[in-house]
Amino acid sequence: MVRRPSASPHPRQLTDDAATAQRPAGQVSLLADLPRGHRATVVRVADDAHPATARRLEDLGFTSGTEVEVVRRAPLRDPVVYRVKDYELCLRRAQAQCVLIREAA
Amino acid sequence: MDAGCHSEGTPGAVDTALPRIALIGSPNAGKTSIFNALTGMHAKTGNYPGVTVSRFIGSTRIGDQRYVIEDLPGTYSLEPISPDEQVMVDVLHGRLDGEQPPDALLVAIDATTLRRSLRFVAQVLRLGLPTCVMVTFTDELSGRQGHLDVEAFEQALGVPVVRVIGNRGQGIDRLRERIAQWRTWSAPVLPPPADPAETDAWAESVLTFAAYRAPGRHRVTQRVDAVLLHPVWGTIVFFAVMVLFFQTVFTIAAPLQGYVETFFGWLSGLTAEHIGNRWAAGLLGEALLGGIGAVLVFVPQIVLLFLLIALLEGVGYMSRAAFLMDRVMARAGLEGRAFVALLSSFACAIPGIMATRTLPSAKDRLATMMAAPLMTCSARLPVYVLLIGLLVDPQARVGPFGVQGLVMFGMYLLGAVSAMVAAWAFKKIGDRRGALMPFYMEMPPYRLPSVRSVLVAMGHSAKSFLRKCTTIIAVTTVALWLLLNLPLHSDAELRAHGVDPGDSAAVATYVTDHSYAADLGHLVAPVFEPLGFDWRINVGVLSAQSARETFVATLGQVAAADDPEQPTQALRSMTHTDGPHAGEPLFTAPTIAALLVYFAFAMQCMATIGVMRRETGGWKWPMIAFSYLTVLAWVMAYLARTVVALLGG
Repeated sequence: MVRRPSASPHPRQLTDDAATAQRPAGQVSLLADLPRGHRATVVRVADDAHPATARRLEDLGFTSGTEVEVVRRAPLRDPVVYRVKDYELCLRRAQAQCVLIREAA
Repeated sequence: MDAGCHSEGTPGAVDTALPRIALIGSPNAGKTSIFNALTGMHAKTGNYPGVTVSRFIGSTRIGDQRYVIEDLPGTYSLEPISPDEQVMVDVLHGRLDGEQPPDALLVAIDATTLRRSLRFVAQVLRLGLPTCVMVTFTDELSGRQGHLDVEAFEQALGVPVVRVIGNRGQGIDRLRERIAQWRTWSAPVLPPPADPAETDAWAESVLTFAAYRAPGRHRVTQRVDAVLLHPVWGTIVFFAVMVLFFQTVFTIAAPLQGYVETFFGWLSGLTAEHIGNRWAAGLLGEALLGGIGAVLVFVPQIVLLFLLIALLEGVGYMSRAAFLMDRVMARAGLEGRAFVALLSSFACAIPGIMATRTLPSAKDRLATMMAAPLMTCSARLPVYVLLIGLLVDPQARVGPFGVQGLVMFGMYLLGAVSAMVAAWAFKKIGDRRGALMPFYMEMPPYRLPSVRSVLVAMGHSAKSFLRKCTTIIAVTTVALWLLLNLPLHSDAELRAHGVDPGDSAAVATYVTDHSYAADLGHLVAPVFEPLGFDWRINVGVLSAQSARETFVATLGQVAAADDPEQPTQALRSMTHTDGPHAGEPLFTAPTIAALLVYFAFAMQCMATIGVMRRETGGWKWPMIAFSYLTVLAWVMAYLARTVVALLGG
């Protein structure tokens, strides 16, 4: 069976870097909200992500405990290049919103 | 291996008794260059049943034994998230109709991305098929201060491991030795853990055992990306690359195409000189040689486009361009990678349609293919030049710009915008069935591709164009020639109608005016009458079906222009020959506008139809494209005519 993937059915709002700039370290937040140049540890892929999307994100390297870094944003803000498991790949906001992270204290 | 191997028979291979070896791996792992190194240029392309995924099958001889090698589409996971990936997994499980699973697997993994790739290796090993792992880019790993003990890695995985650098041919001999021993490949004592949560721990233990040290960042890539992906510089460089891309195509390919045309014109002139019978000379010189010429005239441009695409792809710039354009393409429901396909379509829709193969989503692929013919290809250029020359006074200016140039720019813009709208519409329709694929794209380090790998990629594409299109272009050209030149007219008949058989221009006009094509032109006249086209324009439009630029010469012939290639004057003086408008000029502003717009939308390219059929594996999509574009062309042309007529009073 082909499982049907989809972006998170409830795209979360309040996603501006400025708005989330003072989020306390050590708390769980979304990869999509991590500012450029910051590093964080993947907690897990969000439960409300489609199972197939979740599985693919894990296969791409976004597994619990993996360190991830925001390398750069596209000129039009989306997509964003991340560095994970020693390589770089880009995700759109919809996918980056499916990854829960924790910034180092 | 000895000959006894063969007599054992390979269990289950249906179409062949040869051992079938499948190559799998993630995109950018260097799988294709290994495939090319193993099989040479003898790969066959086909389609997997039911999906628009190309299937590459080749063969190689090792000792006395031949092996079938299948290059599976690149993937990051064996958990399918699209129908295309499902097909690949079905191949591995032998669930494809009438096919057994491959006898053995070769997995390509990039040594610089081992932390990620081992998850994929774990999934592959759990299939339980004989497996050999090929570690690629080990040179880059050491160059970036990384390390891997390949022998220990082999021990830890429990399957054979070969170090291969495909595009330099390094390790290929060792790989061939290993392939020959596929029946005795070791299998892991314990398969990797089934639970995905435990895979990371397994991967780390393997890497620790193999003394793996991850590579440092690729310095060159970091520095180059800082410029090429910079919001300002990156955008400037991007547009500069695009301008250079087209500049190269037009400055190098156009003269070459001119030579091909001149050469075939000369050949057909020779046949006219040496074959007395006018009709036989025409059939040989114009129809048959013309058909071959029509195919070959495509070649310089297409080969050059494929070369540039292969180069940009090999260096790694294509994923950067896709990254920069993704947000723009998202407006049309597509992704950055579709940009490359649409971009090539500015020169020619054929490489554009073939470039859709890089899109992971089948829906994106179809939507892009449906949109590609709308991009202003170079064959429309001569038609636009002719019609704009008729429509707009060359002296007319708006500020510093000539109006002719502005109209031309407007036609290019019209093509690009309507292509985006079409892609958006087809994507919308497609998305109603099934949900969206997640978007992700690896940004590989910049790599200097070997000359050989670029040439092989170009050669493969050019060869598959020739194989796919030669027949359809040649047949169309011959058929159109027959339509435009039959029935035969004797000299007596010509004289009876006041035509001097020695005056070739007059004869050509008479023959065209009384051809089956003219009958067709009359037949469809009621349909095109609202657009202001008379039967002669219809003949021109019909003749453009093999290649759009033919329109110019055919109209010239119909109008009995002294020089059919430069028919502007003759066209200006053409009038309606019958009907309510008899005697009035034929090429009025509304009619020219309608014609321009008709050419912008109509699918008048049999080669494009041919490529679409091959890429989608059937007639359904080319027929949909043909129908929707023809209807759209008529409607838009009617609109253009009405608007221009209103503006002109």
